[in-house]
Amino acid sequence: MTQPRSGPKNRSARSSRSSKTSDTGLPRGITADDLIDYYKRMVLVRTIDERIWMMNRQGKVPIAASSQGHEATQLGSLLAAEKDGDCFLFTYYRDLAVKMAAGLTPSQVMKSFMGKEGDPYSNGRQFPLQGADLDHKIIQLSNVVAAGLTQAVGYALASRMQGDDTVSIVYFGDGASSQGETHEAMNFAGVHKLPVIFLCENNHYAISVPQKSQMAITDIANRAEGYGLAGVVVDGMDIIQVYEATREAISHARSQGPVLLEMKLERFMPHTTDDDDKRYRPAEEVDNIRQRDPVITMGQYMTEQGFLNQEQIDEISKEATAAINQATDEGEEAPLPDPSTMFDHLFKD
Amino acid sequence: MAVISVIEAVRSAMQEEMRRDSSVFVLGEDVGKRGGVFLSTQGFLDEFGESRVIDTPLAEASIMGIALGAAFKGMRPIPEVQFSDFVWPSINQLVGEAARARYGSNGQLTVPMVVRIPYGGGIRGGLYHSQNVESFFFHVPGLKVVSPGTPYDAKGLLKSAIRDDNLIIFLEHKKSYRLVRGEVPEEEYTIPIGPSDVKRQGSNITVVSYGLMLHHCLEAAELLSQEDVDVEVVDLRTLRPLDTETIINSVKKTGKILIVHEDNLTGGVGAEIAAIVADQAFEYLDGPISRLCGPDIPTMPFAQSLEEAYLPNTDKVASALRELAQY
Repeated sequence: MTQPRSGPKNRSARSSRSSKTSDTGLPRGITADDLIDYYKRMVLVRTIDERIWMMNRQGKVPIAASSQGHEATQLGSLLAAEKDGDCFLFTYYRDLAVKMAAGLTPSQVMKSFMGKEGDPYSNGRQFPLQGADLDHKIIQLSNVVAAGLTQAVGYALASRMQGDDTVSIVYFGDGASSQGETHEAMNFAGVHKLPVIFLCENNHYAISVPQKSQMAITDIANRAEGYGLAGVVVDGMDIIQVYEATREAISHARSQGPVLLEMKLERFMPHTTDDDDKRYRPAEEVDNIRQRDPVITMGQYMTEQGFLNQEQIDEISKEATAAINQATDEGEEAPLPDPSTMFDHLFKD
Repeated sequence: MAVISVIEAVRSAMQEEMRRDSSVFVLGEDVGKRGGVFLSTQGFLDEFGESRVIDTPLAEASIMGIALGAAFKGMRPIPEVQFSDFVWPSINQLVGEAARARYGSNGQLTVPMVVRIPYGGGIRGGLYHSQNVESFFFHVPGLKVVSPGTPYDAKGLLKSAIRDDNLIIFLEHKKSYRLVRGEVPEEEYTIPIGPSDVKRQGSNITVVSYGLMLHHCLEAAELLSQEDVDVEVVDLRTLRPLDTETIINSVKKTGKILIVHEDNLTGGVGAEIAAIVADQAFEYLDGPISRLCGPDIPTMPFAQSLEEAYLPNTDKVASALRELAQY
């Protein structure tokens, strides 16, 4: 793993790499046990992600958006949010790793992807893992990209009005950065200096449209200055850097106002199971980005640091496969939602 | 009882609820120092401060998205759309997000939010300050649509709306704001969302309306009474959920129905009422289900002659009632 890159891109940002590393060489606030825990979560997410894709090909899962390649960002930011405490997340459709790491069980994930009874987000009303998981402080309603940004800003506004310390973190892709509501959300957050983090998972593709056709700039974080926000570019393939940047961003958001974190990362799979990326993406490009697979690089880091040995790495992988096998069985055995529930929860009485 | 205008009733309802419940707040364009372009929030900034009276940028999508996000955290936002014509940029947040939040989260999320929308024409507002937007919201599951016609109803319904835990589209006819005055009690009261109100009892013809058009219907009913035609006037007050029972009971009594709205004819609220009456009171009908509505052109032309030609009025309602009476 690379060492954290020093300094934010945007000088208005205060979230530079000022965090002190402890004697163990780890960033502040985390231990080797945390990293072992998060490595296990990463392997588990990757394993279930691959399984879900396979089940789509078997006709058992209607649709899936893969988080493969995004895991370091999703897990690193969640680790920061968990360590900090009071964060509330507005995710988007590629955030399987965020949602799982936040507490969903593999069995719940499987039920959700199969549209079965027991999906905690919507109980089979919506696409997999869309709706809300309030037990784990996550809202993700829709597939209209960027719709969550203004909602997260409103949530942050309410935090301030209610006098609590909650920081909203809203996840979105480079595609969503083009929406008008992204501008509106960042502008309002800047005006009121609200405790919100705009966490952009920039994988350089809006389905098939490459970044150069979406925008004339290289770093989305540069837009922060136009809104009076702090803007930071982060290597989103590196869980340690993501953790540190998010940790900084949370304290900045709370004390000074909103932050735009641009996580540079890669999408390993097509947009969804319905997409064919061979139509628009050279095979060698995919081969190249896979050289930086966050699961592999984190595994190497763990062995290099002596946190895990190869035998333990293999064991973690085996445990993940066993857990996913069991979750798959539970998903297949779960009943479909009863049609009589179709009219439930239209209104609160 | 004091006699006040519709806008005073709206202001008074919000003021009382904001005093009662600190989670209620208003946001919108010019709601702060300006007190709203129609002065619905006049004095609010001084009384409640800028944390609860928020002047927003001119960006309707974010006004609704921010209100929704605050509602998710237990606040009770009252976002104002300055003119109904400006609601379209926020439609995704209202229809795509807020109206589906509870259903789409299987009951986890709650949206205690009242979207206040001054709407309607007759004020020389042209195509972009006159629109009737009710039929668009009327079509949407997961929200309620309220459209009062009198100060008494406006105040009582708005107070109920603010206390409701669901998304309410609260439509205020802007021409009624100062034109329509009426008695409102000094003491606390609310009016439940849902039930319509029979504003005039009658036995020969039922006329169903809401908002400003209600008053033209009442005037026309008075004219017809001098011609020995006894007209019953049903004020819907709430459009969604529709009080089907009152409409059907009235039609069973009179055998004839005229539906009057300013909104365009095609696909309007009247079309749904016509279908319901045909379905549930067919055997009681003694004449065609009739509608007097705005014609199918964009609301609403600016020139006085064109605006008048567009709008239903007392004479037009009276003519339609005479025709139906003679059937």
